[in-house]
Amino acid sequence: MEAVVTNFGMQAAAAEIFLLTAVCVILLVDVFLKDEQRWITYALSLLTLVGAAFVTVHFAVDTRVIAFEGMFIADPMGDVLKLFSYGTVAVSLLYSREYLERNGLFRGEYFVLALVALLGVMVMVSAGNLLTVYLGVELLSLSLYAMVAFDRDSGIAAESAMKYFVLGAIASGTLLYGFSILYGVTGTLQLDELAVAVREVGPGNIGLIFGLAFVIVGIAFKFGAVPFHMWVPDVYHGAPTPVTLFIGAAPKIASFVLAIRVLAEGLDAMVASWQSMLIAISVLSMIIGNVVAIAQTNLKRMLAYSTISHVGFILLGILAGTNDGYRASMFYTLTYVITSVGSFGMILLLSRQGFEGDQLEDFKGLHRKSPWFAAVMMMLMFSTAGVPPFVGFWAKLAVLGAVVDVGLVWLAAVAVLLSVVAAFYYLRIIKLMYFDEPTDAVDIQAGGTLRAVLSANGVAVLALGIFPSLLLDLCARVLP
Amino acid sequence: MQSTITWPILSVLIWLPIAGGVAMLALGDKNIALGRWIALITTAVTFGISTLLWTEFDTTTAAMQFVEERNWILLFNSYYALGVDGIAMPLVVLTAFITPLVVISAWTVIEKRPAQYYAAFLILEGLMIGVFSALDALLFYVLWEAMLIPMFIIIGIWGGPRRVYATIKFFLYTFLGSVFMLVSLIYMYLQTCDAGQCSYAIADFQRLPLGLNEQLFIFVAFLAAFAVKVPMWPVHTWLPDAHVEAPTGGSVILAAIMLKMGGYGFLRFSLPITPDASDTLDWLVISLSLIAVVYIGFVALVQQDMKKLIAYSSIAHMGFVTLGSFLTFELMSVNGDTRGAAMGIDGAMVQMISHGLISGAMFFCVGVLYDRVHSREINSYGGVVNTMPIFAAFMVLFAMANSGLPATSGFVGEFLVLIASFRADFWYAFLAGMTLILGAAYTLWLVKRVVFGPIANHHVAELQDVNGRELLILGVLAIAVLALGLWPAPLLDVMRPTVENLVQQITVSKL
Repeated sequence: MEAVVTNFGMQAAAAEIFLLTAVCVILLVDVFLKDEQRWITYALSLLTLVGAAFVTVHFAVDTRVIAFEGMFIADPMGDVLKLFSYGTVAVSLLYSREYLERNGLFRGEYFVLALVALLGVMVMVSAGNLLTVYLGVELLSLSLYAMVAFDRDSGIAAESAMKYFVLGAIASGTLLYGFSILYGVTGTLQLDELAVAVREVGPGNIGLIFGLAFVIVGIAFKFGAVPFHMWVPDVYHGAPTPVTLFIGAAPKIASFVLAIRVLAEGLDAMVASWQSMLIAISVLSMIIGNVVAIAQTNLKRMLAYSTISHVGFILLGILAGTNDGYRASMFYTLTYVITSVGSFGMILLLSRQGFEGDQLEDFKGLHRKSPWFAAVMMMLMFSTAGVPPFVGFWAKLAVLGAVVDVGLVWLAAVAVLLSVVAAFYYLRIIKLMYFDEPTDAVDIQAGGTLRAVLSANGVAVLALGIFPSLLLDLCARVLP
Repeated sequence: MQSTITWPILSVLIWLPIAGGVAMLALGDKNIALGRWIALITTAVTFGISTLLWTEFDTTTAAMQFVEERNWILLFNSYYALGVDGIAMPLVVLTAFITPLVVISAWTVIEKRPAQYYAAFLILEGLMIGVFSALDALLFYVLWEAMLIPMFIIIGIWGGPRRVYATIKFFLYTFLGSVFMLVSLIYMYLQTCDAGQCSYAIADFQRLPLGLNEQLFIFVAFLAAFAVKVPMWPVHTWLPDAHVEAPTGGSVILAAIMLKMGGYGFLRFSLPITPDASDTLDWLVISLSLIAVVYIGFVALVQQDMKKLIAYSSIAHMGFVTLGSFLTFELMSVNGDTRGAAMGIDGAMVQMISHGLISGAMFFCVGVLYDRVHSREINSYGGVVNTMPIFAAFMVLFAMANSGLPATSGFVGEFLVLIASFRADFWYAFLAGMTLILGAAYTLWLVKRVVFGPIANHHVAELQDVNGRELLILGVLAIAVLALGLWPAPLLDVMRPTVENLVQQITVSKL
């Protein structure tokens, strides 16, 4: 791939500039709105996402473009990931509206924070420099801390926001410390120069490995991988469901891209070192995530642990250290985001005034109340469990293929074994929905938009499972 | 003889029932009167089309027939490739034959969410036909796993009191078995990539040169998947639970078709892909098969539950399938006896088809009694012949077939496998021959306790004999069992080239 250096990088960052401008406008407009006019903010936010998608498509690049003296990279992978991020943010806003209105959270700040978090994701996606990476990480994290605490009256939300903030700050510090060591050894923060410098210094350099360890800790924390996963269940559980949904979506894309940019692009020569570290993290994540998930009674907590195990799978692709692996990992991430958004959407579908719908028990007999949405949830659960013909299976297949390809057959065997463990708790939800009788007679009260989007989400999981090429080819094109 | 069918017959066989199933789901329970007919017509038409496979089948070649190939996943070089040979075709027809009977049997019996019941069976039918006709390993795996979902739902919703336990056990057991197969499929795919042309085609896997150690690992992974499905001792424990809790239709499909997938897998994957590993480890499979035949036979003898008894008898009979398949290597190493080897595989195949018919029929018989008395305990019955003479006649016929009486299909398969085992080793034949005693003992004792003797209680006294629907099901099955028993030649003719080719293929070492 040829690197085209343009000093004037406005075009490369057009989407980011557009989004930032729109956020400022929305912030201003929101000040002058009365409470009953708040839908205007909501509509403007959605419009912004559509606009950003338009801008990204319009300025899409065929090859890697480096801008702002190397601080910023625009590449096809970045474009696709950004478009996906817009999509997931839009879907999460569509899912959340009713819940937010019902719980007095339908305020302008929520949308502004969501959009700023998205901006953070985009900056990470396009980072060409360790400082840009860090800028994106912080932009995203700070917005998320505030979003978790958004329900001011909820003690549990405040507690989880505090936990998230303290642990997140430590992780950010660790990441930054790692970056500083890398800088100290190589004398550059630029990712492409870093890759060259690491080869000159030699990947076995003790200073580099020391720095790498800190970077890995930071990445693992942002991913929520064991042993840096402690915040995940509490934050997922404590945050209002729309925020949990949000955290489970776009930020996962950001974590993936963080690993790709820093490890695969900046430190690719040190693959032997980070591969062994990631193997440990990945296996532990799959074990702890899957085993502890079995003991949960709260669906949000269960999905939190299930996320931890999926992170283990995403890392499998990355640790392969091959292009096939990165591609598989990207495919896994996108697949995971699609199903995760749907699963939390189901909780929002069940929720109503004074009822969160996030206990496993709440799904009892769903099949009686709504055969269609029970079927949607079933498809989502089978997909997450990796059972064909749903898209989750192809994600697993892709990462397993990447791992076997580099000779780690035992790792693939461990992974599939743990996916059988995982199947148990997904099956339990299907059991609750289909084999048990409902405990109450209250119907689903959600509105048309939520129903329509959620239905589309479920159908997408099946359609992509039958025609996985749609998504696979996309990943293959941007990560050749 | 060249096939005259130019339209994609296998795709129609797969997607027609699935489309019917989706239509049933959309239709819902409100229009079930119409829905039943949709289900029946769909499955009957599917069976009608499947008979074309038989009549148009070219019995002179071992090549795949009715082949279709479309691009599916270019990135993995995986194709939507379908085709049948002499091993797969009879199993496809069997599937299409059994499913309409299941639909008929549920006609008035299933009152809980009937539309979904039919839909589950229709979708399941399409997936099962797909498993038997997939030529691409990835497609095979997808259908193989997808098949678990409808069965999971069928046992879980319409099953007996311990259905949740049974169905989760069924799902996890089979899932656990198959994931290792997935890893070995991926491994072989990457080997084909190293050889130059990435491919998931099963035929390419069969040609792939593999070292003995690789073969052993792959063989064990396949064994995990197929042994659970067959099921072989000691991984059979899910089967009695699943059978006992499943509704009649579920038990029938499970016994008649799903178990055959394990046997089919051995013939399609294990033997041709890993011939040397199969040769090395054939003692293992043969011992497990003989244990299944003898030990499980004894276990069946002490069962109090009719369905459990038939479930154990299924395991024992499927032991013949695995025995017949793996005798090949013994025969070859003793005296290069290809005729005996082909006979073993022939026997295994006939046994699969015949067991599909007989075990299906036995479960239908139990279903007939269960629908009336709502008990599966043998003790709850006695003297059924007095109140249900027609039913009793059928039950005795199927019981005889189950114990391998000549002139029934049960005899042909067991006899072929027994002869093949005689050629290999007297003691194999001796142990396998125990089934003639044990099979007769547990089946006939079951019949004696349920059908004959004085009327045991007022439930039995109030029994009504079979109605028209039940008569139709049992009658059709009885004809099939007798026809196959008296004149198995058509089936053997269909299989001959494929089996001979298979024997040739597996006797050539890959090393």
